[in-house]
Amino acid sequence: MEKHFIPIWFFIGSLLTIYGVLILASGIYELFAPPTTPVAMSHLHIGIWWGCGMLLLGLAYVFRFRPKGKDV
Amino acid sequence: MLAAAWFFQGTNTRLSLNPVDLIIIVLYFVLVLGLGLYLRKFTTTGEEFFMAGREMTAWIAGLSFISANLGSLEMMGYAAATYQYGILVAHAYWIGAIPAILFLGLVMMPFYYICKTHSVPGYLMLRYGDGARLLSAISFAVMTILMSGINMYSMAIIMKVILGWNIHFSIWVSSLTVALYVMAGGLLSAIFNEVLQFFLIWIGCLVIPVVGLIETGGWAGMVHRIQTNFPGQDFIHMWSTTGSFTGNPMGVHWTGIVFGWGLAISFGYWTTDFLVVQRVMAAKDLRSAQLGTVIGAFFKMMVPLIVILPGLLALAVLPFHLVPESQGGIPNAHTYNEALPLMLARYCGPGLLGLGVTALVAGFMSGMAGNVTAFTTVWTYDIYKPYIRKNAADSHYVSMGRWCSFLGVFVSIGTAYLVMNFSSIIVYAQVIFVFFIVPMFGTVILGMLWKRTTPAAGFWGLLAGILTSFGLWAWVKFDPSALRHVAFSPDAKDMAENVYRAMWSLIANVVVTVAVSLFTRPKPEHELKGLVYGMTDLAPEGHFPFFRRPITWAAAVAVGFVLLNLLFW
Repeated sequence: MEKHFIPIWFFIGSLLTIYGVLILASGIYELFAPPTTPVAMSHLHIGIWWGCGMLLLGLAYVFRFRPKGKDV
Repeated sequence: MLAAAWFFQGTNTRLSLNPVDLIIIVLYFVLVLGLGLYLRKFTTTGEEFFMAGREMTAWIAGLSFISANLGSLEMMGYAAATYQYGILVAHAYWIGAIPAILFLGLVMMPFYYICKTHSVPGYLMLRYGDGARLLSAISFAVMTILMSGINMYSMAIIMKVILGWNIHFSIWVSSLTVALYVMAGGLLSAIFNEVLQFFLIWIGCLVIPVVGLIETGGWAGMVHRIQTNFPGQDFIHMWSTTGSFTGNPMGVHWTGIVFGWGLAISFGYWTTDFLVVQRVMAAKDLRSAQLGTVIGAFFKMMVPLIVILPGLLALAVLPFHLVPESQGGIPNAHTYNEALPLMLARYCGPGLLGLGVTALVAGFMSGMAGNVTAFTTVWTYDIYKPYIRKNAADSHYVSMGRWCSFLGVFVSIGTAYLVMNFSSIIVYAQVIFVFFIVPMFGTVILGMLWKRTTPAAGFWGLLAGILTSFGLWAWVKFDPSALRHVAFSPDAKDMAENVYRAMWSLIANVVVTVAVSLFTRPKPEHELKGLVYGMTDLAPEGHFPFFRRPITWAAAVAVGFVLLNLLFW
């Protein structure tokens, strides 16, 4: 019987989705509670942009490569 | 670059991790372990365990091919070298890689793939016989385990310096994680984790060039700041300063870059190092293997974005000058090797910093996994099966592979502790690596392209190349003035000496191989089918549309390579 494993892209998407949520949440938290020693260029709020990007990319991979019936 | 870890101990950088950073790191470990355990049920035969079933698509083969090479030590080391030598270091990613990778894909991969060998030493066995196979298998196995241990030690040192982690904790936690997922899922597990690592490294490290170029106001602004901070020094030209040995920070002439770096070292590494070649040999068909190689070439060409550019940005934006490793003990001083961690700390807040650290850890662990899987395959198929236990059941060799993976990791841990106590091993390891890998290219390529090459010539040519490299190294070691003969200049730096020595060893290999071939008997032609140009049936590609042919995309990458060199001339 041919074996089909869940594509690696699904696992990558899942991890990026979780990471995206965590980084986005950190970025939003910093908006309301800025650190006492911010990083350089903190006004860009790069965490929010990066978190959003990772979340969108992750969700795209999760939906595109979600396990199908034949995957074990 | 390996010496970076040795010198790291006197550095001052410390990154502070938040709880969210730690969660990100822990989640990575959970996923890689889970992946390994999940994939165990798909790796029950030798073909599945050692070659991932030869089912990988072009994208997976290509991304793992380049990830197996893209180690964190290299990333940190080349960012440091960029701070010291400028954009010249990008040669390692362009002329030092792209022509060789494309050559591997278009010219050599058909022979590797069609003969269905399990390894590069396996190809040498088919082409030349036992002598060449055993010499290459033993040297590769020893070097691979040594490099694996050095990788692990380097990671532990760097994690101690930048994060304050206990060295033993770093070594054991990472090593046992690698041991478990490689033992469970073999090459398939290693490949999956390498593809994962590829995404983490890019997404984690791309923050630096993006934010850095915004801070400097773009490339022109960055160049202006570098020239202000370092007046009179040229860090931004790749070729125009290489007309003389003294005209550039690296002390290298363009002939050394082209023939030493671009030909000898890069072809030696990219076409014969089984660690990377194994990844594309696991592709589902020849066209996927070739396309995977081209995909790898494209992303290799892009790596300077996340390695070289951060080094240049460090020259532009850091409010202090970094110092050589020898001055690392000075209070509050930061060394060249801290360039990448400092840039991570500069721009990455909570979450992003954890992502960056995870990318570095992933790079180290993938490097170790790659070395262990390559070692396991070479040990099982090129040493154990032919010389110790022939004709056993396939399941026996799979068991040997699993236990070898586990034991290989422990031997690597032992090597890591050995290096901890005799740190000069690091300095010698990279030199020794070049001894074996460059001559291997001469032996393999002559075997693939010239059917007159004889089995005796394969062995003696390989040995001659190895001894030439070792001999030249020893000559310069004991008589530094010999550098003017080996590297054509008494001012040549270590990197320049390496490239010229590689060139000489390749010349010796080719000369001896050809000479011995003329006086010894070649194999009969029927034994060369599938191994040599002219004796191999290569499936025609004419029925594929042009955009689905590997040569089309290889040509596109080649054009990009030329344009980049012209752009940064």
